Amino acid sequence: MGRTDLRDAEVIIVGAGIVGAALARALALAEARVTVLDRGASAGGTSAAGEGNLLVSDKGPGPELDLAVLSRRLWQRLAEELPAELGPRFPALEFEAKGGLVVATAPAGADTLLSFAAGQRAAGMDARPIDRAEAAALEPDLTPDREATVYYPEDAQLQPVAATEALLASARRHGARVRQGVTVLGGIRARDALSGVETTAGELRADHVIIAAGPWSADVAETFGVTLPVRPRRGTVLVTTRMPRRIRHKVYDGDYVDAVGSGAATLRTSAVVESTAAGTVLIGSSRERRGFDERIEPAVLAELAGKAIRLFPFLAEAAVLRAYGGFRPFVPDHLPVIGPDPRLSGLWHATGHEGAGIGLSVGTAELVRDLMTGAEPAVAATPFAVDRASLRPYGKGIA
Amino acid sequence: MDPPLTVIVDGEPVPGLAGQTIAGLLLAQGRVAWRVTARRGTPRGLFCGIGVCFDCLVTVNGLRDVRACQRRAVDGDIVETQDERND
Repeated sequence: MGRTDLRDAEVIIVGAGIVGAALARALALAEARVTVLDRGASAGGTSAAGEGNLLVSDKGPGPELDLAVLSRRLWQRLAEELPAELGPRFPALEFEAKGGLVVATAPAGADTLLSFAAGQRAAGMDARPIDRAEAAALEPDLTPDREATVYYPEDAQLQPVAATEALLASARRHGARVRQGVTVLGGIRARDALSGVETTAGELRADHVIIAAGPWSADVAETFGVTLPVRPRRGTVLVTTRMPRRIRHKVYDGDYVDAVGSGAATLRTSAVVESTAAGTVLIGSSRERRGFDERIEPAVLAELAGKAIRLFPFLAEAAVLRAYGGFRPFVPDHLPVIGPDPRLSGLWHATGHEGAGIGLSVGTAELVRDLMTGAEPAVAATPFAVDRASLRPYGKGIA
Repeated sequence: MDPPLTVIVDGEPVPGLAGQTIAGLLLAQGRVAWRVTARRGTPRGLFCGIGVCFDCLVTVNGLRDVRACQRRAVDGDIVETQDERND
């Protein structure tokens, strides 16, 4: 494969969430001329509505795990590089390599969890089944009603808004421009290739346009005349008041992996519980496909709270400070869409990470950069291609 | 006239009237701050007064993080102020 120099290539990134921010930094470092456009504010959509998960534990062997492992390694490095570059006045990323615990509270769930972990170990992951005493040492307040617990030392967490802004700030230092409040209206074509975009701020020239608009990516793609099977999937998170730290890891019930892998439109919940650096406890997670309906519903919150209390009984007395919801970019085959669009030369996608975009953003950005320059990517690109077989039923002109 | 009641605030009896919130009772005593924040150790009391800001938190009968502005005082309540520097 020949290498392409990105020096002075004009790249427009649509979406200033964490994926767009990671792309902006990676491509600005590769000396492309980068402009990030967002119709609203940076880190104002999905990136601000999650928990800051950098999870490997919920992924079985396959391309998404490969991307997660790459991204986890990159975050470890960025957690030092970004603060060193941006200085002490920049808000902390709150990166914590805290590890995760997955708990099965029923015998049936225990078998599923342990065989899932065995598959992960076979793929080289650190997934350690631990006994009751070990689990109690890691999380003293965890429910004694548990059938199996698996410890994942590589799970981590960060503050996703701070991380997005840090990536954007670093990108700016390397020449990228970030324009907020600018909506993309469509593509400008020269012969069969994209030569720019039309926006509410006028026409902008581009050699490459990357759609990184999370759950809104299908709408953006439509303005370029291509279909994209990315849809919003709703998630809700409960936040307690600050408290002395009693939850040390990312702790979730074994149902979570099943809920993530489910394509069901109806409400799925599973407890995902963790403390933040600020002292609050975040309680997720729900998944429900209901378009862009923003209502927060007490029934969903009650289900989340009930499941969290099953994991940590002391939470029954915790005060709830607030709840927030967001939309995750859902793709029917549960893999992100990353890479060039063969239907329109110059158009790229970097979206569809569902609830894993914070973690996967930085690996996604390196993958796109490598595909653009013709370098050998660190992970295989074909499983993420927009024209893969498993997306064929979902869009016109997809493969 | 509403019947009088007494709650114990940090070990001291404090008089109030039935129907008053714990925040109302503290304000009637001339106290405007009763919580201390964790990081900077700054004083907090009633800010929004309508249950939204969570600034006026106190511990009531052993349960922490109760919003003083939303909680009616009950005769005999044990109220402890929260110094969150100790968390």
